[in-house]
Amino acid sequence: MADVLKNQPSASPLPDMSAFKGGNQDVVATYCEVFTGIGGKAFRVKSFAEIKHRIAEQFDTAQRIITSLPELSDSFERLSIDIDPHTFDDVDVAVIEAELAVAENGAVWLPEQRMGQRIVPYICQHLAVVIPAERIVPTLHEAYAKIGAGDYGFAAFIGGPSKTADIEQALVLGAHGPISMSVFVLGQGTTPNSVASY
Amino acid sequence: MEKVEKDHAALAEEFIKDEERVDWHDGALWWIRQKRDMAAKNIPEWEALREAASQIKNNVLSNLHDYLLEFEANVTKNGIKVHWAADAEEHNAIVYSILKEKGIEQMVKSKSMLTEECHLNEYLIERGIDVINSDLGEYIQQLDNEPPSHIVLPCIHKRKEEIGEIFHEHLGTEKGVSDPTTLTRFARRHLRNVFVTRRAALTGVNFAVAETGEYVVCTNEGNADMGAHLSEVQIASMGIEKIIPQKKHLGIFLRLLARSATGQPITIYSSHFKKPRKGQEMHLILVDMGRSRQLGRPDFRDSLKCIRCGSCMNTCPVYRKSGGLSYHNTVAGPIGAILAPNLDMRKHADLPFASTLCGSCSNVCPVKINIHEQLYKWRQVIVQEGYAANTKVLGIKAMAWTLSSPTSYSTIGKAGRWVLNNIPFAVNNKFNPWYRQRDMPDSPKESFGEWYAKHGKDEVK
Repeated sequence: MADVLKNQPSASPLPDMSAFKGGNQDVVATYCEVFTGIGGKAFRVKSFAEIKHRIAEQFDTAQRIITSLPELSDSFERLSIDIDPHTFDDVDVAVIEAELAVAENGAVWLPEQRMGQRIVPYICQHLAVVIPAERIVPTLHEAYAKIGAGDYGFAAFIGGPSKTADIEQALVLGAHGPISMSVFVLGQGTTPNSVASY
Repeated sequence: MEKVEKDHAALAEEFIKDEERVDWHDGALWWIRQKRDMAAKNIPEWEALREAASQIKNNVLSNLHDYLLEFEANVTKNGIKVHWAADAEEHNAIVYSILKEKGIEQMVKSKSMLTEECHLNEYLIERGIDVINSDLGEYIQQLDNEPPSHIVLPCIHKRKEEIGEIFHEHLGTEKGVSDPTTLTRFARRHLRNVFVTRRAALTGVNFAVAETGEYVVCTNEGNADMGAHLSEVQIASMGIEKIIPQKKHLGIFLRLLARSATGQPITIYSSHFKKPRKGQEMHLILVDMGRSRQLGRPDFRDSLKCIRCGSCMNTCPVYRKSGGLSYHNTVAGPIGAILAPNLDMRKHADLPFASTLCGSCSNVCPVKINIHEQLYKWRQVIVQEGYAANTKVLGIKAMAWTLSSPTSYSTIGKAGRWVLNNIPFAVNNKFNPWYRQRDMPDSPKESFGEWYAKHGKDEVK
């Protein structure tokens, strides 16, 4: 550390970041377009009933489907925040709710409280995320402004199904994490009550 | 100067023997460069972002001491144990002692160039600890007992048939299977079993936020998270230059990183680690390993701004045609060639010469490092310090004499043209290292000086 102090150059100021922000585009449309472009599936839905319907349509409901959302716990297994994370190894679909989504890059912001357990969005074969439309922001700058310091031990931006192109640059979805990712953009006026509850 | 190991030119010579492979490698990397361009053009304020990122990193270097102390205090407050390591030996010993204390003999590791630099795997394996690299490309390289050839795409130099053969030999896949999806699925099942059975996981760090004491790890595969969230002991290793001052600065760097690296709008996973989960232990190792020395070199300290996107490699005509392994250094390509001489000037004296100085690397760098200028400056330092190869020194001396007076310049020029026109075999032979992979140019009958002496006065009026 003495070497660092001795060798560091004279003070150089931080830049003004106030000019960095998104435009006035339709963030929901942009989000869906970008997210589809990175290999995800985006659905604009009006209610949780519709989400349940879509999930039953897309996935095998005989497999293990877990959720952290109270609105869906009548249809799917409510995930426990206390059990050993290894027990999620056989989860086929996990349905969780994001706190924010970013139109420019298609990513959703998930603090661990929203995940239920940290491993959940990674260990499942298919990830499904609910995002109320009004929580989509244009760029990462607005996202970090909303996140602030954040009351979490772990959080992540997740933008699409797990992927690799390590073998001859051939894109393969489903490297170690989920093989698919679906996002349900919940139309305005149907904000779930779980928003305020955590 | 005696060289025990092969230098870049000799290693590149092996790589380019297979012309079809070189053309494919060249094309694959150029395609990634083009994807980067398309992604950058979608952001109108791209250049402003690069400038802001550069300024933030300049600020980090100018205040690194205080930021490190601030980061350490916040990380500790968050319940993560901080360790300091001056060099590879100290770093490796810390990792080993953490595992030993817990009686852990198996660890899973996501991509970390720093631990490659430290030769951590070899160190642990010697002490009876099994380490598996979980990034698919790194896993393939580990099976094949080779280091990564690219910091983002570790096995970009391998053909799928070769990877199929490696899988067949080590994992028992059917012989002749080379389909990327089939191989990836097989590795997924195999490594899933690794993730659920390892008690310890090590990750690298992309960004460390001084203000909050959290660190961000970026992957596409989800391998860092699979390891970390199933482990009881989580270790992160980072170079001290990975610090950024405030959380909002992540907005700048995460917009730049993946677009520069692969043309993606963001990596699939940008994981923000702040506190251990219940029942878990977390360690963070801050490693100097030559960084503080590089900080003290005014001409080269900017290399510490690097965010390891790999865009300088993808665009570099020398890298694309010589392959990452020819750089015989963990970080290859233009950025590797300006980082490596700081670590060992004698061993890496050849690397700053492995460049055309075209400047493309500096043009794509998301944090605006003047890479090609530093390559040029390292050449001067290396020659001055006496580390340049003899052929280079002789060549430079001959060039200095040639250019020292108009008479010697025109005499040598005349002689050169005569040789190329009359006895081309005198230079087009295997004793001329330049000719080996190149054709000598056709020579004009006369120089511009000679032409001008004949025609200049008549035609230029």
